[in-house]
Amino acid sequence: MPSICCYFEVHQPFRVRRYTVFEKNHNYFNDEVNQAVIEKVAHKCYLPANRAILDLIRRHDGAFRCAYSITGSAIEQFERWCPQVLDSFAQLAETGCVEFLAETWYHSLAFLYSREEFAAQVDMHRNRIHDLFGQTPRTVRNTELIYNNDLAHFVSQMGFTTVLAEGADHVLRGRSPDFVYRPAGCDGLRLLLKNYRLSDDIAFRFSNRGWPEWPLTSDKFVAWLNQVNGNGQTVNLFMDYETFGEHQWADTGIFTFLDELPGKVLAHPDNDFKTPAEVTAAYEPCDVIDAPFMVSWADTERDLSAWLGNAMQSSALHELFNLEQQVKATGDEDLLRDWRLLQCSDHYYYMCTKWFSDGAVHKYFNPYESPYDAYINFMNVLDNLKGRLKLHTPVAALAG
Amino acid sequence: MKVLMLGWEFPPFISGGLGTACYGLTRAMSQLGNVDVTFVLPKPVRSVSSTHVRLVAPDTPRVPKTVGPANPADSAPETAWTLEGIDHVTFRSGQLEGFDPYTQPAPALQTASSRTRPARFRIARPGEQTAAGQTSKTQQGQQPQEKEKKESVVSTGEVYASDMRREVENYRSMVLDLIEDTEFDVIHAHDWMTYLAGVAAADLSGKPLVVHLHSTEFDRSGVHVNQWIYDIERAGMHAADKVIAVSHLTKGIAVSRYGVPGEKVEVVYNAVEMNGLTGKINSRLPAAIGRDEKIVLFLGRVTMQKGPEYFLSAARKVLDVMDNVRFIIAGSGDMIRRTVELAVNMGIGHKVLFTGFLRGDDVAKVYKMADVYVMPSVSEPFGIAPLEALSHDVPTIISKQSGVSEVLKHVLKVDFWDIDEMANKIIAVLRHPPLRDMLKQHSTVELRKFSWFDSARQCVKVYESAGRPQAAGRKPQPVGP
Repeated sequence: MPSICCYFEVHQPFRVRRYTVFEKNHNYFNDEVNQAVIEKVAHKCYLPANRAILDLIRRHDGAFRCAYSITGSAIEQFERWCPQVLDSFAQLAETGCVEFLAETWYHSLAFLYSREEFAAQVDMHRNRIHDLFGQTPRTVRNTELIYNNDLAHFVSQMGFTTVLAEGADHVLRGRSPDFVYRPAGCDGLRLLLKNYRLSDDIAFRFSNRGWPEWPLTSDKFVAWLNQVNGNGQTVNLFMDYETFGEHQWADTGIFTFLDELPGKVLAHPDNDFKTPAEVTAAYEPCDVIDAPFMVSWADTERDLSAWLGNAMQSSALHELFNLEQQVKATGDEDLLRDWRLLQCSDHYYYMCTKWFSDGAVHKYFNPYESPYDAYINFMNVLDNLKGRLKLHTPVAALAG
Repeated sequence: MKVLMLGWEFPPFISGGLGTACYGLTRAMSQLGNVDVTFVLPKPVRSVSSTHVRLVAPDTPRVPKTVGPANPADSAPETAWTLEGIDHVTFRSGQLEGFDPYTQPAPALQTASSRTRPARFRIARPGEQTAAGQTSKTQQGQQPQEKEKKESVVSTGEVYASDMRREVENYRSMVLDLIEDTEFDVIHAHDWMTYLAGVAAADLSGKPLVVHLHSTEFDRSGVHVNQWIYDIERAGMHAADKVIAVSHLTKGIAVSRYGVPGEKVEVVYNAVEMNGLTGKINSRLPAAIGRDEKIVLFLGRVTMQKGPEYFLSAARKVLDVMDNVRFIIAGSGDMIRRTVELAVNMGIGHKVLFTGFLRGDDVAKVYKMADVYVMPSVSEPFGIAPLEALSHDVPTIISKQSGVSEVLKHVLKVDFWDIDEMANKIIAVLRHPPLRDMLKQHSTVELRKFSWFDSARQCVKVYESAGRPQAAGRKPQPVGP
């Protein structure tokens, strides 16, 4: 009897504005673009999708359930420009059918560089989610589903009971993603792995007319889900929430698909919907997953190469995290916030050269013409931030 | 297939991308094996023994007995020869001056005052000039007396607009004479100087005409268009069966400014010879530059359309932020004096080094010294120079107003007028080794997609599509005022 476990990632970065080396201004972010993007996506995706989910929960008397992870940088932008989106998430929280996950506040790559910073941001997020939605997350996911044994161990120490990761082939090694697993060396923690074939059928292939299965109907998809019956505990459908209305536009029929799916899933008496914490509470782990290497949900490689695959990306990240202790020593909240906003994985994604030669754009709303431009802009901002640090140094010396 | 190729320059007598492109294209075409080319030039290519192109043997009795520093007066009126490494190509030429149409913008047609000016059109000395940063590699083999002779030609031979007209007309007559005993299936004419000849040859022979647009009058002269040249370009393109443009940028100009139907214009990009620079570079460039100084290089003709003043404006901005940087302007041209003065007036004269025209190993050396190459062109139909810089492993910043910008990805791009951004990017390359490394690493791979063989094959395809159903006997079209 498979449970269907849906988790939607809600994220918008604070994109950096064009920032030349001659700039002196400490305002690094492009408010105009960020506001325009979040308002557009709210209109096309967040608001209509939240209405649809709320309607589904009510229509199915709570039998439809799902989970969200909303990054802090999205929450801050909602608060500033689209408070009605936060209200609609609060409404969903009130139904009791929605689980909110924890992650780093700024969609940060901190786990790769600083455990201290990672823990600080996850705590920030966990506390704010409690304040906003009245529940303390027990499930965690790291930025971009970046995961390995160390991460599992670390979040276990932080008190989480469930962690999510990509069901990458090289992690599963022939096993099915449709079971609950236990991370190697973590007795108290449960691991849920994304069923990337079924998830990506919706998230990436739904409107692809070159795909043999197009058009994807809810009947067809539910038939695939039902094949898992007797052969798995849970089908983990993890995807960007922007799939609904933004990556797949409304005219592709994605909202109709969403509207029909729960009814058809629940038509089979063996099926149900569960949130991640409910899945791991309901089923015993069937095996141990040993992931000594980092996996993620990005690109076909499912590794770190989207953010850390070239010399520009690694130099930018190294230089940023080298400043951690200095930034924290200043006690300057504005400086700390800017430093943290620069940890957002998107900045490094824009610097990715993997697909650039083929002319493919590596992400929607990429504000840069090339990965080189992204790097240059970022390094100019970092240069300015270093300048601010220097201003603090004499003060600190005097105080000492 | 037999091609009658009409060109104006060929290494070592080149002033720009035209000669470089003709060389690369012709050499690749010769290696396709199934194409025979008769390449007609206004004047012979002489004394090229030290270059990669070598005069091997006269193949017709009309060739002068001696090659090298022969007095043109001793030569037969027309010569023919072949070059080593370029099989299947016969070169033929007359004894015209072969004025350099690109070093300076064409003057407005003869005015009273223009009579008193010094020579405006002169022959580029072997290896003297680069346009797209290209240089010939010949100078060593040049005989002194040859050099003196050339200089005396320059100092005494004043060539005026009327002479330019006469040259173009003489070239046309020469081509018409020459095709009487030449077999060909298609005519391929490079740039406006040869268009009249191409149109006339097509009319006489009934063979299809392909005209190749390496640059337009708008690229060379901005808004001060020479009407006579414009009219020739227009007539040539309209009379042609097919037009080859070196970029979509140039195709756009052909369509919008010359009224050429878009479907008639094919884009064939230029390419670059991968430089075979191994071994010791023998350069006499002064080592006037400190080892701890970063070098920013401008290499090309110092003319309006190459944007040297934008380079200097960016240089000043860079120097506001970084001190240990030197800017090299390598090249000469009609704006050189103004550019030197501008550098002084900006107060950065001590940071800008003018090398004058560089040739051969000096070019290789200056690339080797450079930390970044900048092409700030206001208007660049293609731009072979950035490819050459990349082939020397130099990170490159190019103007978005260039044809090559359509195809190069692993370079930095700026609007030529955006001085802040140009300086921003120069500083970034100088400051961030990972950026430098990534650009070098990726552009090395990217360069492989530029092959003269591909360009040559595309030209052959254009020939094949340029069939001319109607036979000979078209009425010549009147051209120009």
